[in-house]
Amino acid sequence: MMEAPSVVSGRPAATTTPLLTLQGLTKTFGGLTAVDAVSFVVEEGSVMGLIGPNGAGKTTVFNLITGNYRPDRGRIEFAGTSLTGLRTHRIISLGIARTFQNIRLFQRLTVLENVLAGCHYRMRGGILAALLRLPSQRREENDAMGRALKELEFVGLRQQALTLAKNLAYGDQRRLEIARALATRPRLLVLDEPAGGMNEQETEALIGLIARIRERGITILLIEHDMRLVMRACEELVVLENGGKIAEGAPEQVRRDPKVIEAYLGTEDEA
Amino acid sequence: MKHGKLFAVVLAAALLATAPLFLNAYQVDVLNSIGLYGLLALGLNLILGEAGLFNMGHAAFYAVGAYTAAILNTRYQIPILWTLPLSGLVAGVFALVVARPVVHLRGDYLLIVTIGVGEIVRIALVNDLFGMTGGANGIFGISRPNLFGIVIRRPQEFFYLIWGCVALTIFLFLRLKQSRFGRALNYLREDEVAAEGSGINTAYYKLAAFGLGAAWAGMAGTLFAAKMTIISPESFNFWESVVLFMIVILGGAGNIVGVLLAAFLVIGLPELFREFASARMLVFGLVMVVMMVFRPQGLLPAGGGRFLPATLVRGRG
Repeated sequence: MMEAPSVVSGRPAATTTPLLTLQGLTKTFGGLTAVDAVSFVVEEGSVMGLIGPNGAGKTTVFNLITGNYRPDRGRIEFAGTSLTGLRTHRIISLGIARTFQNIRLFQRLTVLENVLAGCHYRMRGGILAALLRLPSQRREENDAMGRALKELEFVGLRQQALTLAKNLAYGDQRRLEIARALATRPRLLVLDEPAGGMNEQETEALIGLIARIRERGITILLIEHDMRLVMRACEELVVLENGGKIAEGAPEQVRRDPKVIEAYLGTEDEA
Repeated sequence: MKHGKLFAVVLAAALLATAPLFLNAYQVDVLNSIGLYGLLALGLNLILGEAGLFNMGHAAFYAVGAYTAAILNTRYQIPILWTLPLSGLVAGVFALVVARPVVHLRGDYLLIVTIGVGEIVRIALVNDLFGMTGGANGIFGISRPNLFGIVIRRPQEFFYLIWGCVALTIFLFLRLKQSRFGRALNYLREDEVAAEGSGINTAYYKLAAFGLGAAWAGMAGTLFAAKMTIISPESFNFWESVVLFMIVILGGAGNIVGVLLAAFLVIGLPELFREFASARMLVFGLVMVVMMVFRPQGLLPAGGGRFLPATLVRGRG
């Protein structure tokens, strides 16, 4: 069971603690059940993949986790706190950060300003501090700037700090989203198809980036269609089909699961 | 290039500051109007330009401020300039109360609601709300402002009062722009879902933008009441909201210099072409159409890149 061939080093045995727990999560839109009684646990320090064919409900699960949707039934618990009913920005401030499937950057702002968004909730300065430009406000701004630049350095976009986000290459836009998410200093990073639209080289670099994020002690949950990335980066997989969970386990084990082969891997080439 | 821009701004400021010396009273009065609209548009710019919230009822907040000042002055003999903070506060709080239930609406829906709010306020004033607003005739006999013993009466004197306020507003709003608060408004405008998903309390910042923008309109209302000494509901009709909306979009939503430039064009040009009588509005309309077709982003669009810390610039070179 522990034979998972991942690029990331094996996780510490036995001392695992659940960071995120989904229990019986259900969400319907009109008559359609997008997510159907899904339960799984993300262990602290792990890299978990959420896979499944298109329309399986993966992104809906993400949107439930970050509070963009409210579940009809079921519970989500993060580090012992129930997330149910919390607004998105509150959930972010508890230590979950995310990226979006169809890149959502602040297009007409600079790369640096985009990352500063992630620093926002840990800052205090309000209207008055800004108008009076208090020393504490200036210090805070400088700190945030330093932190943002560090995250840009980390993802390799330091040189483009003053470029407008919309002028970045596609792969760079994905990396900028990750930098913005990291700037919130999350415990759990939720990535929605991080390799979407990336070429082979970029995907290779992304796998390296995911490993480095993990080395910082950040737990990762990701949706991905690129099977090479999933097999190499993740040490645990959850497979969804038609809103329900059909398999769970180490990548090698999931890959051999007949149900998974039927539902998903049999049509892998479409991904 | 950067120096050229600075030079242009300094030149414009110097020219403006000395304008009353070589312009006649009528021309100075036009500049005063431009200044008032500039103040209003800078407030609206926070809501519409920085935060991207479609507000086409800005005249309502202007009216609330003007009437607050007029009522306090005529009924309770409070010196008109002293009412400045209070009329700002009343207009701001009014905006918060009005915006709270509707601020989650998107784009065009919010636009329609704010048009409705503007009309409700105007009609309430016409109907002599609380028996205090004087109905369609409005309120007369607002006293002249008195600044450190100098009674402000002539257009030249109002010029320095109004443009002093504009200068202070530019100073404050530039600081706001380069802050956590200012950035939060921009994130909201660019992508609300991403903003909330980055940990920004979007509901709070929407309300804050409305409150602050309206407070500014309220204070501009005080200046207007002081300048006119008589106010009536017709000064705050739907057209005023439309003109302000136009100034912000035309100037380049989110750009302070652009908004002021547009205030000069939108308010100043029709005055300049007064001899063409009714044809001037035709030309004016045509200019708007051409402008929106060929330069929809406005005269001076807001750009990113306001943060140029020395370390960064060196790192790039």
